Amino acid sequence: MKYLMFVCSDTQPDTDKTDWPDVDVWVAENDARGRRVRGAVLAPETAATTVRVREGELILTDGPFAETKEVIVGFDLLDCADLDEAIEVARTHPMARAGRLELRPFADFEQ
Amino acid sequence: MTACLEEVAADAYPRIVATLIRVTGDWTLAEDCAQEALALAVQRWPGEGEPANPGGWLMTVARNRAIDTLRRASVERRKLAELAALTPDADETPGAGREEEVVDDRLRLVFTCCHPALALESRVALTLRTVCGVPTADIARAFLVTESAMTRRLTRAKTKIADAGIPYRVPSGRALGERLPGVLAVLYLLFTQGYNADGDPAFAEEAIRLARLLRRLMPGQREVPALLALFLLQHSRRDARRDADGGLLTLDRQDRSRWDRQAIAEGLAVLAEAERDSPYGLQARIAACHATAPSVSGTDWAEIARCYDGLAAMRSTPVVELNRAVAHGYAHGPEAGLALLARSRAGGALDAHPLALAAEAELTARSGDHQRAAALFRQAADVAHSEPERRALLDRAAETSG
Repeated sequence: MKYLMFVCSDTQPDTDKTDWPDVDVWVAENDARGRRVRGAVLAPETAATTVRVREGELILTDGPFAETKEVIVGFDLLDCADLDEAIEVARTHPMARAGRLELRPFADFEQ
Repeated sequence: MTACLEEVAADAYPRIVATLIRVTGDWTLAEDCAQEALALAVQRWPGEGEPANPGGWLMTVARNRAIDTLRRASVERRKLAELAALTPDADETPGAGREEEVVDDRLRLVFTCCHPALALESRVALTLRTVCGVPTADIARAFLVTESAMTRRLTRAKTKIADAGIPYRVPSGRALGERLPGVLAVLYLLFTQGYNADGDPAFAEEAIRLARLLRRLMPGQREVPALLALFLLQHSRRDARRDADGGLLTLDRQDRSRWDRQAIAEGLAVLAEAERDSPYGLQARIAACHATAPSVSGTDWAEIARCYDGLAAMRSTPVVELNRAVAHGYAHGPEAGLALLARSRAGGALDAHPLALAAEAELTARSGDHQRAAALFRQAADVAHSEPERRALLDRAAETSG
């Protein structure tokens, strides 16, 4: 199954700083095992532009679509057997400690 | 349902549902077919007599229903072939690895229903519905929501299992250690839901049934018998906990001859194989002290106080601290209890908590200040959570001042 893992900041990061995982090690390991398809770090939300079209008119807004303290700072596309495997992959990402991760499965229209 | 059918159903239902989910992946189909098999049994068995292998009979009917439904939906052949190959009397065939397969299905079902990616209330509801076969209307009543709201919650949970890719599997290794406490927590919630003043007692029995099943299926996990022992020992008091009007009776006012000796004996035997210093183990030991005591004053309060010390060291909650104070009050005198109580109330978490006020009232009464004790009982009654509890507290207020 494919999961899009949103990497988000969090106002309450882990206070325990021991055994902090290295993101490069995480990427290398999961790429090698075929569990990470690709991913990227995003520019700050100040660089975001929100786009809507209403009654033929293009409306552009400066900034992200939701004003929250927690913002999406990156993403990874995972390919895992099931949610348990995706959770195992996510828990070892440094941003599981410094921020939070959201696992969103791709919708399955075959069902 | 006749008593016999009810017993057969309780055992067969989760096996059927679990097996059909594994093969078809369709939760609703599995439940519907199991229900239809039971309905047919209710209709036929009284007239035709009970079949030689009731569980197998039910499994065959449910399996055939599933095959019919899937044929109409022209589902892929692989599933149909797998369904057709299901031996209805699988669990009756000795050896051959069959029993293990059936057993695993039920465990898989429990672990999937209790997956931490589902909301806690959904886990409890889904376990009741899918593993125990409790009607949605009964679950809705227990959770104080409408039946349609409960149906939506159950549907959402089943949809999430499918959409999010929650596996139908018993975790292994480190994951098992991480996930088992969550499963036990669901059972514990189920039990307390049944045990509480206004709860549905049938839920407590379902929790006991599930704990027995887990103990049989996961013999190496010593926290499971601890939980089962706790359930059995607490449940042994079920008939003595209320007066004729349904009012709740505290331990000191219960007729101990009405405690279920068989449940106590089983609870003690199960406790012997349990992890004794774990959270459930400590709670079970406390329940065992009460269950084996001839009276309140003849209770081993020193052991109970030690167990609460252990619980407080592990995870201190306001309620644990409160009970710890009460236990120390009995073991080492009311002043010791009042001192601990004052300390546990320092954070303010127990302000206006009926049990905290009642505990302070009891300890104050035993220290000799009856007037203050009666006032505290009345205060506690003002904030009581249920009518039976309120009445019990007002009775104590009257006794103390009188």
